Amino acid sequence: MFEATPLNQRNDTRQKLFRFGLGTMTGLLILPVVLILGTLIYKGAPVISFEFLFTGPTKGMTAGGIFPALLGTILLVLVALIASVPLGIAAAIYLSEYAADNWFTRTINLAIINLAGVPSIVHALFGVGAFVIFFRFGTSILAASLTLAIMTLPVVIVATRESLQAVPMAFREACWNMGATRWQTIRRVVLPNAITGILTGVILEVSRTAGETAPIMFTGAAFFLPLLPQSVFDQTMALSLHLFVVSTQVPGMPENLPFGVALVLISMVLLMNSLSIALRMYLRGKKKW
Amino acid sequence: MVSAGAAPLSEETVSSQVKLGVRDLHISYHHVTALEGVNFDIHEHEIFGIIGPANAGKTSFLKAINRMDMFTPEMKVEGKITFNSVDVSRIRNVYGLRSRIGVVFPLPVGLPLSIYDNVALSPRLRGQKNRAELDVIVERCLTRAALWDEVKDRLDSLGSMLSGGQQQRLTIARALSQDPEMLMLDEFSIAVDPVTTMRIEDVLKELRKEVTIILVTNLVQQARRLADRTAFFLDGRCVEVGVTEDLFTGEVKDQRTRDYVEGRFG
Amino acid sequence: MENNTSAKVSAGIDPGFDQLNRDWYIDKAVQVLVFIGGISAIVFIIGIFVFISKEGYGFLVGEFNFKEFFFSPNWRPTSESKETFGILALIAGTASVTGLAMLVAIPFSLGTAIFIAEFSSGKTREFLKITVELLAAIPSVVWGFIGLAIMNPIIIQTFNVPVGLNVLNAGIILGLMAAPIMTSIAEDALKAVPDRYREAAEAMGATRWQVIYKVVLPAAKNGLLGAVLLGVGRGFGETMAVLMATGHSINIPTSVFDSVRALTATIAAELGETAAGSPHYQALFTIGIFLFVITFIINLVADLVVRGVRKG
Repeated sequence: MFEATPLNQRNDTRQKLFRFGLGTMTGLLILPVVLILGTLIYKGAPVISFEFLFTGPTKGMTAGGIFPALLGTILLVLVALIASVPLGIAAAIYLSEYAADNWFTRTINLAIINLAGVPSIVHALFGVGAFVIFFRFGTSILAASLTLAIMTLPVVIVATRESLQAVPMAFREACWNMGATRWQTIRRVVLPNAITGILTGVILEVSRTAGETAPIMFTGAAFFLPLLPQSVFDQTMALSLHLFVVSTQVPGMPENLPFGVALVLISMVLLMNSLSIALRMYLRGKKKW
Repeated sequence: MVSAGAAPLSEETVSSQVKLGVRDLHISYHHVTALEGVNFDIHEHEIFGIIGPANAGKTSFLKAINRMDMFTPEMKVEGKITFNSVDVSRIRNVYGLRSRIGVVFPLPVGLPLSIYDNVALSPRLRGQKNRAELDVIVERCLTRAALWDEVKDRLDSLGSMLSGGQQQRLTIARALSQDPEMLMLDEFSIAVDPVTTMRIEDVLKELRKEVTIILVTNLVQQARRLADRTAFFLDGRCVEVGVTEDLFTGEVKDQRTRDYVEGRFG
Repeated sequence: MENNTSAKVSAGIDPGFDQLNRDWYIDKAVQVLVFIGGISAIVFIIGIFVFISKEGYGFLVGEFNFKEFFFSPNWRPTSESKETFGILALIAGTASVTGLAMLVAIPFSLGTAIFIAEFSSGKTREFLKITVELLAAIPSVVWGFIGLAIMNPIIIQTFNVPVGLNVLNAGIILGLMAAPIMTSIAEDALKAVPDRYREAAEAMGATRWQVIYKVVLPAAKNGLLGAVLLGVGRGFGETMAVLMATGHSINIPTSVFDSVRALTATIAAELGETAAGSPHYQALFTIGIFLFVITFIINLVADLVVRGVRKG
């Protein structure tokens, strides 16, 4: 074998140091978040009960539960999904199955990147200018959900496009050769094999939509409402905004209550993300070609 | 017109009708010629062989026939191809054209559907929903493609997970399920073992009563066994067209044809 | 002879396959529908610009004064005596918080990305990637709450300062927020460097860290820059976390313990209190236009930089 020269030894030590340093950085990035989550659970868990989840706030929001906010978030997400999922899937099908590699397609891609990159408060301003004022929806679930839908559209588009493109070209060509139209090919071969991937994207979008606050502040979410919304033209409470309200706007708030709200919100979001990740791993394990 | 298309035809083939007419075909990619100077007619119920080494333009020729060129933007097709005397370049519903032409590729493609659904796909695309009818079609096509016995107990398993040879027979069964007027086979035996190749060749001989077959092959002897007439493509040109046996034993116009069929190059 | 043949042919065969049937029309209809989906992203981006410009237009042609807007630190939109609309202090607030956030996020995210991409494998790698992905999913209002309820007392105690809602707090929060996304993008960029580069360098006797330092990092340079730019864009546009963790007071900061106020947070805090169409309301939309343009440029540059990587 080769003798270890001083240079080799130095390199070896440096390599170990380097690796250790990077590992420490990784740990330092993750550790605070783990501690923070631990604190959220420690302080928030005692608040959470069946009643907390299923009754409304009382005593100027300093007591009671979060039911109207929870329900409002679910409504906002549902309406947003109805608007954005078909549109996002259509856009992804266009980009994956029809679009040529030209300036027009690059423009669409740039628009998608920007749609994801524009600050959420700018989306809020757009929602106010377009849906609340111009289309006269007023501050309503509809206006807020449409704002959220546009903001999270890129999530569906990108996930769907990726899963469509993962279906090998040879399958499409085989179908076309048999006389299948483009749409028949997409519907019978491409979509069925991309559906789990699309679902992953939709779940991610649910998670994103549920956590957003700024876009709904002025378009449809209210600080406090005594009644539950009756239609999409009513305002609603929302969990994310509720967390903002109880932690900044209400004097005399018991310390643990906002932690409970935060814990519910983050559990919802992380649960959705974990579901999406689990689905993706299941998909990876289940090869079909 | 005097060109390769005017090659002498046997008594039998002259009397039958032209299924596919090719005139002055010129195919290029990014202005680089892939195939030119193709002139011949393919008659109904004949097996028409196309032989030639790699890059001779054989696959491009097949793509031009069923208009698959529209999925390859850089591929340009000039000249005239007629199918049932209709100019294919003027066809608006290319899907109708393709559904009448079955294609088998060199590399087998089992779609990621069940074996049953692979074969039932084409009838379904045409609107066939009756399960009993589909059952009949699936069994008939799989039997003809010499695959039925191997898969009849597991029609629900994925077509894309079969072995290469099985996938190739599945592809043939799928092409047959189109109930095609013409069948185009592109070097189908690459992915199949010799025994299966012989079985498929027998099927082709039988099918010839119903369909016109274009058999692109890298095996000269396969063309000799099956084809009524054969064209020899070389470096993007159609060098020779004639009754198959003449290419092997009779006079050839081009010495390269003789060299190729006798295995001196390619 | 050819005429003869074609005459005979056309007599017998039915060319009926060229009829446009239902499937053909459905296919065309779908093509139009998905095209509409495809252009929707462009329509929305233009729509965002048009609608926020429409609302901010009145201010831009009226009270707007370029010099005051960008160079005055006085944001007094509701002053009784004289309203002033200077966003310099707000820009300083956004810049200081984003700058500190990047000081935190860039080294940590790049280090983590290198660790995941080059030094871990199998289960560890999978675990770290999933963790990073989950961290990226934490909503910004939760981060804001963390700044408010957890970081605030920690900063007050540790540094013995009266207020814990300041540049330091928001910078750390924003850094922790941006780091996971930057890590993912940077890791993608590192993974995109072909293995043969690494193998070639290792064959020449280079150690792992030499390979990374001399080969992988230079090759992934553009992708890493793209990751940093997207992180900057993200920090710049973040709203709820900076609203809750900065202290929200107008200030040009001189130390990390000063409270500041960010551009985004100003809109979020004040839009609800303004009357639609008032100068104050329009001025907030003008800030929106400014944010839109800046983030658009950042995203455009990041995209061009990353695209450069793929071509090279």
